[in-house]
Amino acid sequence: MRGSTPLARVLGLGSAKQGAHHWWIERVTAIALIPLGLWLAVSLLALPDFRHDTVAAFIGSGSHPTLLLLTIATIWWHSRLGVQVVVEDYVHAPALKSATIILLSFAHALLAVAGGIAVLRLALAN
Amino acid sequence: MARRPLSPHMTVYRFGYTMSLSILHRAMGLVLSIAFIVFAAWLCAAAAGEAAYDDFIGLLPAPLARAGLALVVVAFVYHLANGIRHLFWDAGLGFERSQARRSGALVVVVAVIGSAVALYALFTHGAAS
Repeated sequence: MRGSTPLARVLGLGSAKQGAHHWWIERVTAIALIPLGLWLAVSLLALPDFRHDTVAAFIGSGSHPTLLLLTIATIWWHSRLGVQVVVEDYVHAPALKSATIILLSFAHALLAVAGGIAVLRLALAN
Repeated sequence: MARRPLSPHMTVYRFGYTMSLSILHRAMGLVLSIAFIVFAAWLCAAAAGEAAYDDFIGLLPAPLARAGLALVVVAFVYHLANGIRHLFWDAGLGFERSQARRSGALVVVVAVIGSAVALYALFTHGAAS
């Protein structure tokens, strides 16, 4: 590596210095998702049916919008970081790898924002 | 690109059942990521009103939807149980091979019992009954 330019080093070797942050956020969101995921799972299991009025009332009432928004935001991060690692492990062509990760990041943002706005709409309608 | 060795080096290890638990953790994580798509769409459908919501629910035939729901329940329980096992490792605990095998067996037992209870609740008393 001695003698190579900084650009050559970035393109060829060396970390992006993001690994520890990725690892840490994945763990923090994992810990957050223990209570949030359990809450969501138990709540959905406890619904008497999946009809529209039942579901809309559940999503929009009381503390549910707050907890749902927290859950959505946490899943957004955790799932995005998780699938990124899968792509990094199995997609080896550099351009395809980057393109896939960027696409998955956009998809996660879209899902989380759309889901979050849906929760807000139901919360304000209640 | 520099030609560096890339993980995972699947072929250099003798197979142990803890390896299948590791693969399963990743596979179930992917199932949950796909479930996030359906969950977000479900929220949007609910916000769009009763007609749109009924259309959304009608997209999949009921048996297929129930099977998908069951898979997500199993994926959630397993990924949660094994994820807690991973957090203990991250804290530096339980790395010995005998400990990892025991915690792996515990995760399987918890996942089977937890999934059975959740599926029973969902399909006999819950919303999908």
